[in-house]
Amino acid sequence: MSTLHKRIAAQLGAAAVPGEGHYPVDIPLVCVPCDQFNEAARTMKYAEARLVAEWASDETPFGRGFGIHALYNRAQEFLLVRCLAPEDEPSFPSIYKKYVSAWRFERQMKSLMGVAPLGLPDPRPWIKHEDWPPNTWPLRKEFAADRKMERIKGEYRWIRAEGEGVYEIPVGPVHAGIIEPGHFRFQAVGEEVLNLEARLGYVHKGIEKRFEALSWEDGVRLAGRVSGDSTVAHAIGYCRALEAMTGCSVPPRGLWLRGIMLERERIANHLGDVAAICNDVAFSFLFFQLNILKERIVRTNYRLFGHRFMMDRVGPGGVTMDLDSVGIGEMLAELDWFEGEYGRLVTVYDENSSLEDRLRDTGVLSPEQARELGQVGIVARASGQPLDSRIQAPFPPYDLLLPRMTVLHSGDVHARAWVRIEEIRDSIRLLREMLAGLPEGEVRTPCGVLEPDRCGLSLVEGWRGEIVYWLQSGPRGEVNRCMVRDPSSLNWLGLEQAIHGNIVPDFPVCNKSFNQSYSGNDL
Amino acid sequence: MIRILHQIFRTGVVTEPLTVEVEAEVVAIGTQLEEAIRKKFRRSLTIRQVDAGSCNGCELEIHAMNNAVYNCERFGINFTASPRFADMLLVTGPVSVNMEIALKRTYDATPHPKIVVAVGDCGCDGGIFGESYASLGRISNVIPVDAHIPGCPPRPADLLAGILAVIGR
Repeated sequence: MSTLHKRIAAQLGAAAVPGEGHYPVDIPLVCVPCDQFNEAARTMKYAEARLVAEWASDETPFGRGFGIHALYNRAQEFLLVRCLAPEDEPSFPSIYKKYVSAWRFERQMKSLMGVAPLGLPDPRPWIKHEDWPPNTWPLRKEFAADRKMERIKGEYRWIRAEGEGVYEIPVGPVHAGIIEPGHFRFQAVGEEVLNLEARLGYVHKGIEKRFEALSWEDGVRLAGRVSGDSTVAHAIGYCRALEAMTGCSVPPRGLWLRGIMLERERIANHLGDVAAICNDVAFSFLFFQLNILKERIVRTNYRLFGHRFMMDRVGPGGVTMDLDSVGIGEMLAELDWFEGEYGRLVTVYDENSSLEDRLRDTGVLSPEQARELGQVGIVARASGQPLDSRIQAPFPPYDLLLPRMTVLHSGDVHARAWVRIEEIRDSIRLLREMLAGLPEGEVRTPCGVLEPDRCGLSLVEGWRGEIVYWLQSGPRGEVNRCMVRDPSSLNWLGLEQAIHGNIVPDFPVCNKSFNQSYSGNDL
Repeated sequence: MIRILHQIFRTGVVTEPLTVEVEAEVVAIGTQLEEAIRKKFRRSLTIRQVDAGSCNGCELEIHAMNNAVYNCERFGINFTASPRFADMLLVTGPVSVNMEIALKRTYDATPHPKIVVAVGDCGCDGGIFGESYASLGRISNVIPVDAHIPGCPPRPADLLAGILAVIGR
């Protein structure tokens, strides 16, 4: 029994019952009475666990109301706490006072599933906009997915600042530049930002509801389009949850090829991000140079995998492509060339004093803030949090080839850039080892049939950070619920705090250093 | 500084080596594009890109059009921050219900004559997201569209070819 599990058993006694039908079995599920849900959160907080995600599921097809879930983590231990809310006027005690990040999770649960978090002081909708009719809860089973949404009059109540010289800057949803849509509201005095509030949900396409209309096999295509830049990581997340539920064991070669694609995706996106950070402080030399490298990487993807971003190359039970020895040789040769070019450019970054001047001490997210806000991925590692699900919840080949974690403590734009720079180096090392040790054999195996009323959970470290999938099968073995938690759902909170006290013109570079997904957040 | 200069000279011009098939394709398309842009838009085609609900895949490829390899600016194509300066709206989709109003406003803010190009499978027909309570599907369900560039996502060369097809006619 894990420490977290022991703690909750000791605190709640007989009220905490081990749950069944949840996979993988090494992540325990504990069912608690609804009124003990926040007591469980308190216990977890005192055990120094972080809140990974909180979500609801409609379980009325099983005649048991709504499931409320909270996933906790400390080091390599995970624990899923679950309670049931009644079918009529479902509610549950809010855990917002223990975990700040629950603030948005619970608003989202209320907006989309209609389960009320008791004690949450913020009544505003999240993801769903205020011009949607009241009592429309799209994630409920009774809600028809093709329903035409009518609009009502409504206004979002922004957090306001008052005083002499305080002014407000509204930005978006259509931003300057080629970027996803979202709205940012700044309160500022002179150049200094007093507060920033993000209002997202503009690209809400009903992804979680859409999963329920697709077969398990087709769902992976949708998972690959939750956030186009993380298509490999999301597809692996979906597949691993599904494989856990069906007990499918993916052939080693398939697993290693997934690892190769995941690291190539990391390199390409990190290159683009470091390039864009340099561009936002007008250092266009590195912007163009690093983007040339990125273009070479995605072209090789196209040649060897048939798609520049490797979309639809991961499927349930394995992968849908294979690498021959020529492809492996080509990739290894490219890595040799790449490493030299990349090393030269990193030296330029490192030695440039004007870059240093702009990037250091800009957009600082302190380690305390990062911990309190439950940050994950590159943002967390740049602010002193040693979190990487390749290490915390490893799957092959990462159980053999341990990634080297880069953890910095300054939490500024430079730290977030440098974590990426070091991770590219480590991905090159991992790729070489994966290519050298690639096992022989099949790349895919049939996934098996799904039993009714099973749940599967998976965690995958995409380039942005930890991606969580939770799947549940319905009474006929169909998709009952597919919960997606992109790292962005947590890390947008970090950006809002990191910008305090910075000047308005530094917002673009701060935003770029986080580079969170709008689509992955809005679903 | 010496390192920067050294790297610039080492790199040379990456835009024009004709050895790779794709690059040949780019230049061929680009030369045709340049002519069309010179004739119809007095040397400059200004594009406002609007993400009306995309997964960000199409945006990555539109970004790539600006990199040194594709370098779309050499053909007179540039991207603007304001729809008021735009000749063309490059719209990715599907149009989400929450972006419908913003997309219509952007369309209205773009001066006539304007060209609207729907990008990506989702922009062309709703893609895997289809039409639902949250998604209005294809771009042409919301604003008039002049041309489509399908693909998931379309490659930068496909994007250049698609833009040529619409302004060349």
